[in-house]
Amino acid sequence: MQAGLGGGVRGQAEGNLKGPCVYAVKIIVMPSSSAVADSTAPTRSPLLLTGLAWLIPGSGHLLLGRRGRGAIVFATVLAAFLIGALMRGPMFHPGGNGDLLSRLIQIGGFVGDLAAGLPYFLSVWLGYAPPDSAGHAADYGSKFLVAAGLLNILGIVDAYEIATHQKD
Amino acid sequence: MTLNLDHFEAALLFALLASAMLGLITKRTDRERLRYGVRCFAWFMAALFGIGWFMRILHG
Repeated sequence: MQAGLGGGVRGQAEGNLKGPCVYAVKIIVMPSSSAVADSTAPTRSPLLLTGLAWLIPGSGHLLLGRRGRGAIVFATVLAAFLIGALMRGPMFHPGGNGDLLSRLIQIGGFVGDLAAGLPYFLSVWLGYAPPDSAGHAADYGSKFLVAAGLLNILGIVDAYEIATHQKD
Repeated sequence: MTLNLDHFEAALLFALLASAMLGLITKRTDRERLRYGVRCFAWFMAALFGIGWFMRILHG
């Protein structure tokens, strides 16, 4: 008898056998049921997946086999970041000497910028640091950079929920 | 190369990107996601025009 028998064959086999033979059949059949359980278990560590999804937007979905959704997350985050950078939006910096509200805004904005992952690190590495100039274009650009990070956080949470089987 | 979008264009692009992501992460089937994304975009646009006209009326 092979491992991987269906329920009907397994029941029939157990019905015809008595005593120690029943246990022997169960031992042989067991790998089949554990193999089914393994196929639904997470294939990768959710925490590792979350870290990777943060660094490279959409990569979490990609590793979970959701290629289309991963591509949309990647394109959305990258588009928001590129629009912000092309509008010469300044980045937020956590250090500052302003009042409490200004510092909170700076820290929140910095977290948003940082959440974009690799696009943020690449832009800093390439020396992207436009001055905080007056005008609506730079102001909107700054908001687009933060929005890219916030959209990536939504993607990360979605990938984590898929990895932990909280959603499909 | 720089991009100089006006208020409406920037709001339109933001609505598009946010709707795509919200539609993607909230629903179960592709059809539901598409419908939810389109609905989010429509609400963004309604808010954009509604608040725009409200401010115009308020300022005279």
